[in-house]
Formats: sequence, structure tokens, C-alpha cells
Amino acid sequence: MSKLSSMAEAIAKYVPDGSSIAIGLALEPFIPFAASHEIIRQQRCKLTLIGPISDILFDQLIGAGCVDRVKAAWLGNVSEGLAHCYRRAIEQSIPNSVVIEEYSNFTIGLALLAGSLDVPYIPTRSLLGSDLPRQNPAFSQQKSPLDGSPLLIVPALQPDVTIIHVQRSDIDGNAHFWGSHGICEEALLAARNVILVAEEIVSREIILSDPNRVVGPSFKVRAVVHEPWGAHPSAVSGYYNRDHQFYQEYHTRTRTTEGFQQWLNEWVLIVPDRDEYVQKVGEKRLQNLGVREHRYAAPVDYGY
Amino acid sequence: MLLPSTMGIKELEYCMEYTPRELMVVCASRQIHEGEHVFVGMRLPLIAFALAKKTHAPNCIGLFEAGIIRDVPSTELLYTMGDAPNIAGSLWTTSTLNVMGLLAAGEAHLGFIGGAEVDRYGNLNTSVIGDWKHPSVRLPGSGGAADIASFSRRHAIIMQHDPHRLRERVDFVTSPGYGYPSEEGPAGISWRKRVGLPRGGPSALITTLGLFTFDPENGEAVLQSYHPGTTIEEVQKQTGWKMRLAPDCQETIRPGEEELRVIREYDPQGVWTS
Repeated sequence: MSKLSSMAEAIAKYVPDGSSIAIGLALEPFIPFAASHEIIRQQRCKLTLIGPISDILFDQLIGAGCVDRVKAAWLGNVSEGLAHCYRRAIEQSIPNSVVIEEYSNFTIGLALLAGSLDVPYIPTRSLLGSDLPRQNPAFSQQKSPLDGSPLLIVPALQPDVTIIHVQRSDIDGNAHFWGSHGICEEALLAARNVILVAEEIVSREIILSDPNRVVGPSFKVRAVVHEPWGAHPSAVSGYYNRDHQFYQEYHTRTRTTEGFQQWLNEWVLIVPDRDEYVQKVGEKRLQNLGVREHRYAAPVDYGY
Repeated sequence: MLLPSTMGIKELEYCMEYTPRELMVVCASRQIHEGEHVFVGMRLPLIAFALAKKTHAPNCIGLFEAGIIRDVPSTELLYTMGDAPNIAGSLWTTSTLNVMGLLAAGEAHLGFIGGAEVDRYGNLNTSVIGDWKHPSVRLPGSGGAADIASFSRRHAIIMQHDPHRLRERVDFVTSPGYGYPSEEGPAGISWRKRVGLPRGGPSALITTLGLFTFDPENGEAVLQSYHPGTTIEEVQKQTGWKMRLAPDCQETIRPGEEELRVIREYDPQGVWTS
């Protein structure tokens, strides 16, 4: 049965208030902004956000008052610096206080890997001697039962929903995803529900022609949303480049609470859906972000 | 933003033919030895890796935590490591855990990290200024920095130099350096062993004013060189602890013509280096 859905339906069904959401999992590219903007429009609250770094997506959800807990390694604006809404939430409880459980990129990945394997934790030697284990109540230290050496215990995370942006998917959620994966695969496998957002919907035959490029088993996927430019201003390999200027404008405009509210209103609240957002970005700007020189991989032969 | 606080822009233009950031990129690049596996961080190290590849370390390999390994610099300037030009033509494009797993297993000879505060033992803070629960500034956090500091065979720290940033003791240790002396023993390599870190430690602190190395026995930063246009006294004034000097402490070797040419070819608009 087709899992095709509108973004509004997918968010309404799979992202209730109080959910834990893994999103923005490929680090700087493939950030599902189309999904986060719809979450803001539907006024979700008390969400827990899970991710490695978040390049302004978490900042927007925090500024909009959707979030009360964050489990992440880094929260800012990669090309510009600090995240203003995050700062206001932590330093001044504006618009509300947010609890941060700080991880590193490796340990948040290990937590999701443990979740995907349904084991209680994975041990590592990372962060020993760092203050992070003392501040993040999830972490504890144990001695290895094998040789007594100190280990950091990273407990499993199983998000209620993982949202992943991909290049192309069929209507059942069999999807191709190429480029650096970040911790997408672990988050997909650890999640109870998965929403895929795809630049293109293609036939099952196209996906099955190259099964090595598939992001994960479609039986984990609950909804497939067709949303061209759905990751703008982040990049999608083979489709568009990162809109650095957009991050700069966001950084400048959101320095004050009022500035953020204006930005949010203009780019999210009065924009009913992604089609309208794409029109608002404008053809000229999108053209400048497009692929300038295609680089196709050599075909592979699955023959027998 | 990265100008030495004691100098005005005009004075700098007058006495230097390069920017402070260009000099920092050159210092970072010189930390990379031929053939090494380099865990490349954000911003300036992206250029330092390209510079090393094109000059003295043509066979070094870059590891990027987004899940990328490559042995040729990207053909365009990177704003982020995940930009498409960093993926095209890479040796391996994969997951974060695969690349950080290599780091954990000791495959990275050198890692780069940046920070807001560092102390004399190379402990780095990128989490909070002030108290954890009520910080005066909430900083972005570790990202991969704490992992790089935990696992690289050695790591280099790059940051702006002023007395608020180079402190006797940081407010919060995000990325472990050489720890602190205690009843259990000194700071340094022995501290890292005591807490269970498998290897490594900071080998260089590159700032807008100078270059420190570290004494692994007691973990202390040692001023190795001060940048042209400043003096040891001036660097001391901007440093929050009583500095130790290397016996051969001298002026930092200026960027060569070839180094500047490569940097400007890679970052012609000075996005990261102006």
C-alpha cells in the first residue's frame, strides 16, 4: 500500500506533542527543514530533539516554543557561529526553558546504534576526563568486566520518530540516499516510526536496480512525503548546494526575539506549505544553487 | 573578529602582508606531517588540509566526521564539511560511526579542534561560559571535538587569543587536554592514562598571537613562537597564566609566498581567511 502522504498529514499522525524526534542526522546536508517548518505550523510542544549537530533547525524549533529537551552534540549555525534562540532559551528561558543533555557526535551515534540493536548501552573510551559525563545524566562510568579499564556507558536511544531527507524514494519507502550519511542509518533503525522526505518519487524498479544505495528497510517507514527542495537551505548531493547566504541572513535577523519572530512569521507561519516556500525563495536563487556540473557514477552490474 | 586585540586594522595592514587567519592556517598546515591521517575539523582546518596537500604533505589523508575520507582537497572552498564538493571524488563516503570508529581505533594521527576557552593544560571549553545550569553564554557544544580530543594520537587547537579565552582554568572541560594535577598525580600523559583515555593529548595551540606546544610530562603549554608584530611580553599580557617559554622560543616563521598563493587560490574571497 502506498505510504505517500502530505507533510501536514505525516506530522499530524507521527509527531504528537511530547514526542522524541531524531532529525538533521546527516550533519550539514539533508536537513529536513520542510518537516520542521510543518511541526512549527502545527504548534507541537514538549518535543525532545535528538541529533548530532544541528545547523539552525533545532534553533528554529526551540525559538518557536516546540521543545523542552535536547539530546545533541552541537547546536549552532555552522557557517556563522552561535545559535541565538538556543542561547535565549538556555540563558533566559525565552520562550521557555530547555534541558540540554550534551553528547558528542560519536556518543550520540553510539546511543542510536545501541537503540537499533536493542541493547541497553554501548561502552566507549570517548569523553573520559571530559566534564560532559558529569552533566549528562544519561552517561555513567563503569570498569570493563574484562580488564577493569574505565569505560563510558552510553545508554540506548530509541526515538519515537526519525525524519530523514533522501534523494529519491518509491511510494513504499524504498529509498536511495547517497552522500555522507552521518548517523541517519542508526537513527532510522532505532526509531519506532520513520518519515522519509524525498526530492523525487520514482518507481520501485529504479530503487531495486541498486539495492546497495538503499538507506534502510522500507518496513520501518510509515510515511513518504514528496517535497522537492525540502532540505533548503541545506544541500542535497546531485540536486542542490547549500544556500550559505540564507544561514547568514538567519543569523543576522534572529539576534533579537523580535527579529526571530519576524523571520519565523515570514518564512514559516504565513507560508502554508513547501510549494509556497519554494516560490518565495524564488527561481533565480534556486537556479544559483543548482548543480553546475553533473558527476554521474559509473553503472554497476548486479548481473548473474 | 580575529584581530589581535592590541592592534588596529590599519596597523596590521601596514606591518603584515597577510591576515592573522592566513597565518593561523599556515601554522595549522605545518602541524600536518607527510602521509598522516588528519581528522579535519570545521573552518580554518578545512583550508589547512588543502594547503598541506598542495605543499609539504601531498600524501596526507583527510577524515571528516560527516562520514567522508578523501586524499585530494575539494575543488571548491568548503563552508561546511558536508558540502557536495567534499563528497565528489572522495575515497569513501560513509557514516559518521565508520569514520569516528577509525578515530576511536587510533587511525587518526592528528585532529583539529577549535574552542572558546582553553587553559594551560590544553583543556578546552566549547559548552558554557559560567555555571552549567545558569550560563552567561551557552556555546554550541562538543560536536565531534571531545571525541577528537579523546582519540587522536595528537590534536591541535585553533583559537582567538585574549586573556578571557586563555585562562588558568576553563569553566567546563568539553574536550579533555592534559587534565589537572591532583593528589593522584600530575597533569599530562599520566592524567590521560588515569582517567582511561587510550592515547593522545594536545600537541599544539595555535592562536592569533602565537604557537604553543605542550610538555606531555606535566601537561603544560609552552610558548614555542610569537607571531610577527607581537612580542613575548605582549603574548604574556594576553594570556591568563604565567607562560613557560620554549628554550628556542622565537618569532613565528612568516607564511611563504607559495603558502599564501595556495590559500588565496582556495579561498579567493577570504571567506575564512580575511
